[in-house]
Amino acid sequence: MSLLEFRDVSVDYGDIPAVRGVTLNIERGEVLGIAGESGCGKSTLAATVLRLLPDSARVGGAVILDDQDVLTMTWGRLRAVRWADAAIVFQGALHGLNPVQAIGKQLAEPIRLHKTATDVDARVAELLTQVGLPPSRARAFPHELSGGQRQRVMIAMALACAPDLIIADEPTTALDVMVQAQVLDLLTSLVRELNMGMVLISHDLGVLGTTCDRIAVMYAGRIVETGPALDIFDDPRHPYTRALAGAFPRIGDDAARYAPVGLPGDPPYAGDLPSGCTFHPRCPEVMPECATTTVELRPAGPGRAAACLRVLP
Amino acid sequence: MTVGQPVADGQPVASGQPMIGARDLAVVFGGRVRAVDGVDLEVDAGEIVALVGESGCGKTTLARTLLGLEKPTAGTVLFEGKPLDYRRLKDFRRQVQLVLQDPLGALNPRHTVYDAVAEGLRIHKVPGDEQAQVSEALSQAGLRPPERFFLRYPHELSGGQRQRVVIAGALALKPRVLIADEPVSSLDASVRGEILGLLLRLRDELGLTVLVVTHDLGLAWNIADRVAVMYLGRIVEVGPTADVLQSPQHPYTQALLSVVPDIARTEQIVLTGEPPDPARIPTGCRFHPRCPVVLAECTSVVLPILGIEPGHRAACVRVT
Ligand SMILES: Nc1ncnc2c1ncn2[C@@H]1O[C@H](COP(=O)(O)OP(=O)(O)O)[C@@H](O)[C@H]1O
Ligand SMILES: Nc1ncnc2c1ncn2[C@@H]1O[C@H](COP(=O)(O)OP(=O)(O)O)[C@@H](O)[C@H]1O
Ligand SMILES: [Mg+2]
Ligand SMILES: [Mg+2]
Repeated sequence: MSLLEFRDVSVDYGDIPAVRGVTLNIERGEVLGIAGESGCGKSTLAATVLRLLPDSARVGGAVILDDQDVLTMTWGRLRAVRWADAAIVFQGALHGLNPVQAIGKQLAEPIRLHKTATDVDARVAELLTQVGLPPSRARAFPHELSGGQRQRVMIAMALACAPDLIIADEPTTALDVMVQAQVLDLLTSLVRELNMGMVLISHDLGVLGTTCDRIAVMYAGRIVETGPALDIFDDPRHPYTRALAGAFPRIGDDAARYAPVGLPGDPPYAGDLPSGCTFHPRCPEVMPECATTTVELRPAGPGRAAACLRVLP
Repeated sequence: MTVGQPVADGQPVASGQPMIGARDLAVVFGGRVRAVDGVDLEVDAGEIVALVGESGCGKTTLARTLLGLEKPTAGTVLFEGKPLDYRRLKDFRRQVQLVLQDPLGALNPRHTVYDAVAEGLRIHKVPGDEQAQVSEALSQAGLRPPERFFLRYPHELSGGQRQRVVIAGALALKPRVLIADEPVSSLDASVRGEILGLLLRLRDELGLTVLVVTHDLGLAWNIADRVAVMYLGRIVEVGPTADVLQSPQHPYTQALLSVVPDIARTEQIVLTGEPPDPARIPTGCRFHPRCPVVLAECTSVVLPILGIEPGHRAACVRVT
């Protein structure tokens, strides 16, 4: 049994389809990456796990966490699941921390609420230590911390109730390379140590390629390619994945000198999707039939799948 | 798609004519915070130089000082080889333009594209046909045909188009130098390549000089002729891009390179500790408290400021 399973999940905001039939699973001890440009539905998909979506969102399919469908849970049960079974680390760590409360107090709150430890202060100190901050920092306010330290506090917060699953939505996007490396190191070592699962969302395929076990690439609300992280990064099968991979050059690759690679155009507006393969208007390898043929994920090698007519099993 | 013209033999196209630079430059805030602490730098006409380093190392302060927006506490800013005259900045302010990142508020959401691009022309009371100048700047930034964009608002544009509008605003003033502070750091991967391609094209077609401030070493590999690595207010390594990024000499540069996400990477050197504090710069080599290969003499050695002579140099006792 998987730790988390998305079964044909769809999300509509009014009549705008933001996620369109996603099926995916995550095992314990595994880091799954979700890649894609902004607007492709990554955050929306992640938010279904804790039902953190606005009222305007209609969700279809099933999200199975520890054998239970999150989408049909009572609110009481859902409150227990939040923090204790699954927790989210958001982008930038600007939201989520209360500016006028010491961070120790903020860490203590979920622990008290879920009664997951008897000695709350000791647990707060343990959490701070786990994320590499001295326990004395419990008295600090968010503005007294650097961006990297605030992100560490957010991770400690997510760990507070010892969840089985962590969802990290662009946890390093606003941070610079050294702090990014520290935060990613911390997250992945915690996942292995505590045998959790992690969903890591990023638009940077390089970050996902070096951090994750598997990657799912999203485009216009769908998964267009999945597979082992190194395969996806090294030998992408979908033209969209190739464009994403090319955008971050390998230092030392002479072909990338004075030749940055971009992908013209924009991801389609979810309310007005192109026919056939939704990527066809931007695809550098488009064929006439791409505009008319809906293409599903098809096998593309061991443990791999890609939704492209050019991919032959 | 490959944007931008690969330069024939990969050699910089710089002219050797000094365009904008700094000598022994220091910027101290409140008497204590030595944000820039002794910098020599020269960017030649038509050259693209990347200034890289962790956040807090003084990149933005150095850039703002080169733009004349911050006055040096000591040392000199040079424009075309001559010290900047702070009583006569009008012309300089036109010729050296700052490019910021749109998602971080460079564009006013209530201004049309036309007004955004015309703003600088109006501030500088530039004579001539305003509409023609706006059109030309938009075309140069790759927004064609320009008239189609005049009346659009930022929210009606894509991320890439918005960043092009920001660049068009700078181009309208016919500058000779662009100073771009993190121009792509929060843009999507796909947009990033487009904008970097545009910067290269502007250098090739208009001969613009570009100083790009970034913590993204991949960006430097993509477009820069030379790289200057900054640590705690000083340039600790400088040289041609391929030399600095492929055979880094300074342990700090080596650490920065080792954490660039790359699956072919051998071993990461993740520096621990907090971003260094410019109010308390360590004695000796300023990097020594975090240096993975520190020597006894590093706590006391006096390292000279790296000068502007060409070539690859690093401020480290291990480098002879
Ligand atoms: N609260 C909302 N109401 C309406 N549309 C939304 C809402 N949140 C997101 N969307 C739309 O859903 C699509 C997917 O958004 P999102 O999940 O945030 O993508 P990503 O995280 O990949 O950037 C986008 O087209 C976005 O504009
Ligand atoms: N106006 C200011 N007053 C006081 N300190 C400042 C000011 N501007 C920047 N600093 C400090 O100077 C140092 C360098 O900042 P900055 O130039 O923004 O670095 P970077 O752009 O490399 O992140 C930081 O410690 C910052 O807090
Ligand atoms: Mg998102
Ligand atoms: Mg800065």
